[in-house]
Parts: sequence; C-alpha cells; structure tokens
Amino acid sequence: MEDLAVSFIEIGLSEAAFLLVVGFVGGLVSGFIGSGGAFVLTPAMMSLGVPGIVAVASNICHKFPKALVGAIKRARYGQVDLKLGLVMGVSAEAGVLYGAHIQESIKRSFGDAGSNLYVSAAFILVLGIVGGYVLRDAWRIYRSGRMDAIEKAGRLARRVQSVRIPGTMVYFKSLDAKISVLFTIPLGFATGMLAATIAVGGFIGVPGLIYVLGAPAVMASATELVIAFVMGLGGTIKFAWSGLVDIRLAMIILAGSLFGVQLGAIGTTYVKPFTIKVVMGVIMVVILLSRAIIVPVYMAQLGILQPLDETVAAVLSKASFVVMVIALVVGASIILYALWHGRRAHLAQHEMLEEPVATD
Amino acid sequence: MSSPRTEVWKAAAFGVTSFLLYFILFEFEGEILDVSIRGRWLFIVPVGIALAFSFVHGAFTANFWRVLGIRGIKNGGDR
Repeated sequence: MEDLAVSFIEIGLSEAAFLLVVGFVGGLVSGFIGSGGAFVLTPAMMSLGVPGIVAVASNICHKFPKALVGAIKRARYGQVDLKLGLVMGVSAEAGVLYGAHIQESIKRSFGDAGSNLYVSAAFILVLGIVGGYVLRDAWRIYRSGRMDAIEKAGRLARRVQSVRIPGTMVYFKSLDAKISVLFTIPLGFATGMLAATIAVGGFIGVPGLIYVLGAPAVMASATELVIAFVMGLGGTIKFAWSGLVDIRLAMIILAGSLFGVQLGAIGTTYVKPFTIKVVMGVIMVVILLSRAIIVPVYMAQLGILQPLDETVAAVLSKASFVVMVIALVVGASIILYALWHGRRAHLAQHEMLEEPVATD
Repeated sequence: MSSPRTEVWKAAAFGVTSFLLYFILFEFEGEILDVSIRGRWLFIVPVGIALAFSFVHGAFTANFWRVLGIRGIKNGGDR
C-alpha cells in the first residue's frame, strides 16, 4: 500500500461520515430532478485531500449505480421513457468524450486557471440562460395558479414534434408522439458535453427534454437518470481503464446517496410537476452565484485582472464552495418539505376515503 | 404488497448483506484497491463492485423506507 498512499487517502470515520451525508443530500436531489446532486462531491472529496482526477473518477463511479437504482425505482412509478433515455444516452456518451477532449486541450494551452475559467464560464452561461428560463417558467405557472394543470408541450416542442423527416421518426411514450430521432442527437450531445465540463449534464438534459422535445417534467427528470446511467458507465470504464477510481470513496458516497435517491424518487410521486421545475431552477441559479464569486480569482490567475490579495482569493474560493453547498441544501429542503406536505395531504385524503394508503 | 413482517425481514436480510459487503471492502481495502487501480481490462473490478453494491444496498434502502412507511404512489407519469 505504500505506493498507493500518494494518490489514495486514508479514510477515517469523520471522512466517511462527511461523504455519507453529502452523498445522501446529493442522492436526494438526483432522485428528484434526475441529476444535479454530484457537483458538490468532487470539491468535497478534494477538500479531504483526494487528487482532482481521482475525485472526478470516483464521483462518476458512484453516479452510474445511483442513476441505475433511481431509474429502476422511478420506472416502477411509470415515469421512465427507457427508449428515449437510451437513444439520448448514446449521443450523450459522444458528448462526454468530446467535452473531455476540449477540457484537456484548454488545460494544455492555458493551464489549471484557464481550465477553471472555462468550467466557470460554462456554468454561468448554461445556468444563467437555462436556469433562469426554468425558474421563470415555474414562476409563471405559480402566478397563473394552474399548478395542478396537466402539462402540455410548449411552442418549441410542438414545432419539433411537427417536423417529419422520413426514416428518422420514432415514437416515444414520454412525448406521446413521433419525433425525428435527429432532434435527440444534439440534445444528448450537449448533455454529455456539459456533464464532462461541470459534472451535471442534467442541467441541459432535463430542460431540453421538457422544452425542446415536450416531455412532462416528471418523465423528463426520470428519463435523465437513464441518460446519466449510460454516461456514468462509459465514464467509469474510461477512468477505471486508467486505474483512477478509488472504489472505497465511490462506495461510501453510494451508501449515503442510495438512501437519498430512493427518497427523492418517492418524493416525485407526491408533488406537483411544477415543484421539479422550482427545485431545478433554484439550484441552478444559486450555483450560478457560486461560480460568479470565483471567476475573479481565475481571471486574476490568468492575468486578465490585477492580481488579487491572497486572503481575498482564499475568501472568495471558500465563499464559492459554501454557496454551492447552500444550493444543494436549499434544493434538498424544498424536496423534503414538498414530500412531507404531499404525503400529509395524501394520508388525510385516504383517511377520508378509507382506501389503502400506498401502492409501492 | 407483502406483509409488514416479511418487509421487515427483507430489509434486515438486505441490510446485513450490505453491511457484510462494506465490511469485506474495508477489511481487504489494500488488496481490492491494488487490483482495481491496475487499470485496463481490470476496469471490470470497480464496475462489478459498483453493480453488486447497487443491487444489494439499493434493495436495502428501498426496503428501509418501505418499513418506515415512506412509500411512493404510482401515478403514471402525469400526462
């Protein structure tokens, strides 16, 4: 074990407990919105002294079994479109490989600071545009008071569904329509690229499934778990092929995250579809803030801004991580509250009707 | 739906198996890590371990929440 000590840390009780808790919260969010729980895990592992590349590899190795368990659970509720998930998963895999290639090129040309700036810029651009749109849509539904209304495909999705390209039309149950499979390719590819860049492809995948293809939010978030499984399995094989996975770290995180992913999946059966949009939008916008805080540090490292005082840089880095944790905690709190509230209403209704309480 | 007693037994059985898997993983962490980081075709080791844990621990966590009475409602995807 002596030679391993350089790259692989000793795991004590406090490290294990920390990863279990972060894993649980991350799993809860992933089980509910389909992804979005993993972005805190890589920095969390690195804060324990795990080298960056081992943290990324171990994170992805816990993601694919978590996504598998979450997808199976949600398939039991009839929420998963397996065909769409697999079709998009294949193009997402290509996106992951291309995204990783871009990352490597940037790192070679501009070093760690350039790579970090690129990741932060991707965070800010995607989360700002997509997160803002998702949150605005959730707010619009809330303001209209039609939170219980059946979701309908939006204007863009209706246009996509109306395009007929012979030889490429496939029926997907989540859309209840035939669409050209060609539309799923750029969407899956972008999901994979984002996953390789910021570790959460679902921030494009889920809104894409809802707003571009026309899937209901509940089915979009469930189907994203299939895409995450395909991407995670491919990513794990890639990193494990180079011997970079610390299986102990991955399994500790998995221990906590499987409790969370089950609870998150259960939560989706009690809430209004609009709650999924709220959780996703809030998490995305708060993370956007977290990345915006750290951007001046990377810009100073690249010489684009005046050099920052070391203390200022350290405070900004810490503040960015704390805000990222807050994003996850706020998302998890909304999910737990919505689950508790929905379950109470459900039990009260069944007490009145004297019917069996649950079917799972 | 199985009886409450069966559910408790199932949760306990998967819980004990899951605990055993974690015990083995950390009892032999040096040997397991040594094999799993050799890379190339031995990628199958971490992938296989992850799949085995997801099956056993996944079944335990599902039964755990069920025993506590926290269950989902089948709602068919809301369309």
